[in-house]
Amino acid sequence: MIVRISGEGQYELADDDKDRLNTLENAVVSVVESGQEASFEDTFGALLDFVRDAGARVGDDELEGSDVILPPADTTFAEAGAEFTGEGLIPD
Amino acid sequence: MAGLTGRMSTVVKAKVSKLLDRAEDPAETLDYSYQKQVEQLQNVKKGIADVVTAKKRLQMQESTLQKSVVKLDTQARQAVAAGQEDLARAALERKNVAQTELQSLDTQVTELETQQQKLTDSEQKLRAKIEAFRTKKEVIKAQYSAAEAQVRISEAATGVGEQMADVGLAMQRAVDKTENMRARADAVQELEAAGTFDDITQLGSGEDDIDRQLKQLSSQPAVDDELAKMKSELGSGETAAPQIASGETAEQPPAEGGAS
Repeated sequence: MIVRISGEGQYELADDDKDRLNTLENAVVSVVESGQEASFEDTFGALLDFVRDAGARVGDDELEGSDVILPPADTTFAEAGAEFTGEGLIPD
Repeated sequence: MAGLTGRMSTVVKAKVSKLLDRAEDPAETLDYSYQKQVEQLQNVKKGIADVVTAKKRLQMQESTLQKSVVKLDTQARQAVAAGQEDLARAALERKNVAQTELQSLDTQVTELETQQQKLTDSEQKLRAKIEAFRTKKEVIKAQYSAAEAQVRISEAATGVGEQMADVGLAMQRAVDKTENMRARADAVQELEAAGTFDDITQLGSGEDDIDRQLKQLSSQPAVDDELAKMKSELGSGETAAPQIASGETAEQPPAEGGAS
């Protein structure tokens, strides 16, 4: 499974890591939905760190599409909120 | 996957497939896709140049403000030595505003440097992907039948297309940040145009509109403290200056309190 952290690069993760990734993402989603801004940095950081630690960096000269794309590391709480409701990070 | 990643993934994939939908003939897809990639790389270079320009502009303002701080400090000391407390206070108020702006500019220059570095990294990654695509495109042309080629092209173009979309996002974020800083730079320029950082002796000690506004802007206790400190410093080894002169750095002819 290939995961991209926007603005950073792609990581190859084992398919078994999917559950852990899901759990970590759900934590971020619940923090954003319940407006717990103070916890956002930690939970979102944990999600990204997991990808960086568990994954192997995909080379710049490889042409693989990603299975999952994560927002950039400098995503703000407000931007994360807009991902659910508004236009999102990348306008259509 | 829903939520955060779900949406990101969907939007990027939609962008990439829009890019691929254009052509029916594999060779056309290859060329079109490659051409788009090269265009995007040019855009990134332009984006980097814009960030560098914005950074230079802020750095120029920084150096102007630094000179003003030195000049206003000198003038405040001279005013204290001459016993002109009002004038000293006015100079310190202006210095205070200049210093606050300096700090803010400093943060923004650092932020722009980060953006510049990020875009440069993005450019290198995109360049590597484009190069890989170029190689792959030749292999596909040489080795595969039309039907097979279509599949291979989609795979390769998805990889490079996604990188392009990602670089596009990084650029957008850099541009947004640069825009915010442009607004800040304009604000500093307005203060400059209003004479906020001008030679205080040119303006005289009479309170004008700028002074009143500055008093609101600058934190009064900080000015009071600094004034007290200057007084005690100068009080110890004093050789009272007879007249307040314009700063040592004077680039303008000396003036005496605006009275002529």
